[in-house]
Amino acid sequence: MTFCRTLVLSAAAGAFLLGGTALAAGITVHDARNRDVTISDPARIVSIGGAITEILYALGFEDRLVGVDSTSLYPAAARDKPGVGYMRQLSAEGVLGLNPSLVLAAQGSGPKETMDVLDAAKVPLVLVPETFSEAGLIEKIRLVGHAMGADNRAECLTAAVNEDLTQLRELRARVTKPVRVMFVMSLLNGRAMAAGKNTAANEIIALAGGVNAIDGYDGYKIINDEAIVAAKPDVVLSIQRGKDSVDAETVYLHPAFALTPVAANKTFISMEGLYLLGFGPRTAAAARDLSVKLYPALALQAETFKPAVSAANCRL
Amino acid sequence: MTALSDSTERAKRRSGYALRPPASLTIICLLIALAGAALIALTMGAAGIPLARLPAALGLWADADAAAGPTLARDQLVLWSIRIPRIAAAAMVGALLAASGAIMQGLFRNPLADPALVGVSSGGALAAAAAIVFTDSQLGQSLRFMQHHLLPIAAFAGSLVTTILLYSIASRSGRTSIAIFLLAGIAIAAIANAGVGLLVFIADDRQLRDITFWMLGSLSGATWPKLATLAPVLALALIACVSIARGLDVLVLGEAEAFHSGVDVERLKRISIVLVSAMTGVAVSVCGVVGFVGIVVPHLLRLVIGPAHRLLLPASMLLGAVLMVGADTLARTIVAPAEMPIGILTAAIGAPFFLGMLLRQRGLVSL
Repeated sequence: MTFCRTLVLSAAAGAFLLGGTALAAGITVHDARNRDVTISDPARIVSIGGAITEILYALGFEDRLVGVDSTSLYPAAARDKPGVGYMRQLSAEGVLGLNPSLVLAAQGSGPKETMDVLDAAKVPLVLVPETFSEAGLIEKIRLVGHAMGADNRAECLTAAVNEDLTQLRELRARVTKPVRVMFVMSLLNGRAMAAGKNTAANEIIALAGGVNAIDGYDGYKIINDEAIVAAKPDVVLSIQRGKDSVDAETVYLHPAFALTPVAANKTFISMEGLYLLGFGPRTAAAARDLSVKLYPALALQAETFKPAVSAANCRL
Repeated sequence: MTALSDSTERAKRRSGYALRPPASLTIICLLIALAGAALIALTMGAAGIPLARLPAALGLWADADAAAGPTLARDQLVLWSIRIPRIAAAAMVGALLAASGAIMQGLFRNPLADPALVGVSSGGALAAAAAIVFTDSQLGQSLRFMQHHLLPIAAFAGSLVTTILLYSIASRSGRTSIAIFLLAGIAIAAIANAGVGLLVFIADDRQLRDITFWMLGSLSGATWPKLATLAPVLALALIACVSIARGLDVLVLGEAEAFHSGVDVERLKRISIVLVSAMTGVAVSVCGVVGFVGIVVPHLLRLVIGPAHRLLLPASMLLGAVLMVGADTLARTIVAPAEMPIGILTAAIGAPFFLGMLLRQRGLVSL
């Protein structure tokens, strides 16, 4: 796991990498764009991405947060922070107006023009890699912690997350017959958009001990109606999101889903979006909750699963 | 000498009956092509029903093997509730789009006219995009009772409102200026596209994806109830085509000339405009915006069968249906289990074919 090779460089090496920028003794972070960013003073942070905000709160840095994007919905207090808009439609002026000394942004934040302006404005901008996996989650926490100069707090949090992931693994081991889950992002005018491989949904289904019913494509795409029947999903999973969420009745009445066990067994599941797909510290707990919904028989074992993350105090 | 024979040849072809197939033959060929396309479409699909099981699943004859019970039931359901309505929807949408293109080109005496160009489908697309983005808002919530139909209704209403708007801009004291209609249409298309751009800007990720896929068009999600909205419009279009065909033929000479030949030009314009907006509106509401069919099909046919609308309109419908069924069959199979947006395919199939025809005819017809 080296996409965040974290190093404290000597001043000479730093000067070389930064092409002659004046350099104080700071922290150097290797980010998702494969460059080294030097952070001298992480005192005013703009956080872009729900998971990053969650991590910053868990590490006790909420007082340094001067702005968040609109996907930063947890903890609830984060919603009161000044907003810089949606993570893919940031305005450079909105971000710069908060006078940040560090911008922590999830990979995929944009548009590119805004990111270029932030770079040109010499604001340290760290793009945090977005890899939907257990290891990716740990790396994400380490990187954010390191950027904040708080490696020890990050260790504390990753230890808790690792403990949760282990508990989850034990729970998953009890699954005897994996169910086939289809994650439906939207169902519009009869067209279902479903998650293929390389998606957060695919990974969370696997973490919960299920099998993604679709393995024929990457990303979120409109799926063919007949392919829905052929994929034979046992469960349809979706996220609650505002009021335009996919609802159970629409799924059961859909001509293709009507021919699958989903309609017969009424197995539509809907969960909170950031919790389920955010890949933040609560991911193991979200996977456990999904597991219990997929396998009601596991409910008893899941009772003993106490998320270490919620108990851990990594704020000091 | 070559030049001389060339120019007589050219004149002959332009007046052209010598080379044109008779009307009945054209229609029969197109009907056969449509039947063939539909049959091929019937045998292909992501659910994979082998050819041997197809007749039984269609209910053509009872299968002797009673053991095939559950498979048969599944095949039947897939065919009758997914594949067949979709093929039928593709054919109908193709017919509507091609015919509305042909009517518009005749009405505007402009080979580039197309429902997309004069803003009718753009208006529908704008309304659809607004429906996607604002379902979450107060207005969307108050319309929640018709949530499942909001999008098609919005698309249809958008097309209709755009047409009415255009018509009232272009009409003055009972006369409609076709030139103003066309120019205003281009302006309104620009406004509608700006509106879609704005909605794209304020949409979040998922809405953005929905809008993009909507704009590219797809017949996914075609159901029997949707066919029920297409069928009456198609029937109406068929009837109306007969009544407006002569008018459109004469209109080629100019409005005044048409008027003096005894054509009620204003009535012709009214019928055509209402017809086109209804046709485009239902087509957009069922499958989103599908470009190119409305332009390429009528042109292709004009090159082969000539410009007489009595034949051109029904032939456009048939060829539009063939093209659409073919494109949709590819759309739902080549990237299975995902769906290819059909707009990409109609252009990819239609355009090279069209270009080939143009190159072949270049020396013979001056466009």
